[in-house]
Amino acid sequence: MLEVQDLVAGYGAMPVLRGVSLNVGAGEVVAVLGANGVGKTTLNRALSGLIRAERGSIRFEGEAIERLDPAGIVARGLIHVPEGRKIFPNMTVRENLELGAYRRARANRSRNLEQAFTTFPRLREREAQLAGTLSGGEQQMLAIGRGLMAEPKLLILDEPSLGLSPLLVEELFALIANIAAQGLAVMLVEQNVVQSLELAARAYVLANGEVALSGEANVLARDPELEKTYLGM
Amino acid sequence: MLKFDIFLSALANGLLTGAVYALIALGLTLIYGVLHIINFAHGATLTLAMFAVFVAHQAFGLDPYIAVFILTPLFFVLGYALQRFVITPASHGDDGNILLVTLGISIIIENALLAVFRSDTRSIDVPYGFSVMEIGPLFLSTPKVIAFVATLGVAGLLWLLLARSDTGKAIRAVAKEKTGASLCGIDVAHVYAVTFGIGTACLAIAACLLMPTFLVNPRVGNAFVLVAFTIVVLGGMGSIGGALAGGLIIGVVESLSGLYFGESLGQIGIFLIFLVVLLFRPTGLFGAKA
Repeated sequence: MLEVQDLVAGYGAMPVLRGVSLNVGAGEVVAVLGANGVGKTTLNRALSGLIRAERGSIRFEGEAIERLDPAGIVARGLIHVPEGRKIFPNMTVRENLELGAYRRARANRSRNLEQAFTTFPRLREREAQLAGTLSGGEQQMLAIGRGLMAEPKLLILDEPSLGLSPLLVEELFALIANIAAQGLAVMLVEQNVVQSLELAARAYVLANGEVALSGEANVLARDPELEKTYLGM
Repeated sequence: MLKFDIFLSALANGLLTGAVYALIALGLTLIYGVLHIINFAHGATLTLAMFAVFVAHQAFGLDPYIAVFILTPLFFVLGYALQRFVITPASHGDDGNILLVTLGISIIIENALLAVFRSDTRSIDVPYGFSVMEIGPLFLSTPKVIAFVATLGVAGLLWLLLARSDTGKAIRAVAKEKTGASLCGIDVAHVYAVTFGIGTACLAIAACLLMPTFLVNPRVGNAFVLVAFTIVVLGGMGSIGGALAGGLIIGVVESLSGLYFGESLGQIGIFLIFLVVLLFRPTGLFGAKA
């Protein structure tokens, strides 16, 4: 479904990603792990068209998308729930969700809104509240709900557990597992290794802008190399 | 002692003038609130719009109240194109450059108008230019009453557009969270240009409402825009309601201080109020807390 080949991307003269290759199959949950600053967010920004790939190719359902703008990529069903949530603080929960269907799946908006409220009952309680007044966990749910409103074919979740309490992280991962169980392909980009490997079928570990390790999640979880790579030793 | 009637009439006239100020400030505050830039070309664009009304009347015999339906969409397109094809490419993503580019545009417009129309002050003759309405004890200029009502209508429509329509929601989304909006598939460059277009279209409406009772020369817009800047800051940068309320307040203050301090000192009151508000509410009357 998503095939990334030798991707080089970054800001200015110094590329952050130095030739990353990975793929995500239909209905698959893939974790992309790595410490702060290894290029996880840069990878996501390149995949969703926020920055241009300098070299390499990104194919989504067989189509080259590395030259498309974010709107074009959203239209094709690759939806990126960004790090830091990036919800609209000045708008209500309902308006935030509705904007998720701005480019894609607009015809099914009311049906999907109902579904988002079923998946995240807490958002229904806060429907008319301004998104900026939600708690961190609720904002994360809103960001994911907004992503789901576009009927994604592949959902990229960038650091969804960042800044949440352990209890909330537990709840959030259960929700993500639920969403994935319905057949949606998910690329989970996380620092949280243990829980991500429990959830994902396969994983890639990034270090210094390259894929340092990859494989089945349950194998990687027992790999002594994992800790070393992750901590950069 | 001044009679109460005179006070009342000054108050009413202030509200009527303030409405047009508000309309000009509305465009400015909308552009600031979404693009986070101060449009220095706002005044020159208003002048351009007023000359457009003048030409429509002199050359084509169009009444300003009919011309408004042609000039408003035309100025929307002009604003859209200016933002998308001139301001954005020329400023290379640097806010400081945007200021300079809009300043440059204003100089070009002003001088082009000066070259074509000379520095003469002109006005148009419409049959209702001096007509007056009697409301209670007040005699109010009909074109000014029309301008007042039209401004309230435009502000209401603008509010509806922003609150209810998908385009309006996209505008509000982009105003606060550009990246999040991009990732929803909202075309940010398009939304910026649409916003700039709406702000510019407000000027065309203001020009059509002003011309029946006002005059035009190549520098006329500046006086209005200085007041509009004051209103935008007074009402709270980016606030639609603030621009409307601020415009009406400023209109009344100008009119009353003109009454008590003499016509030529009317604007002193504006800046006194402005300073006092800034001292006690630095984010403006309706501005969000920083």
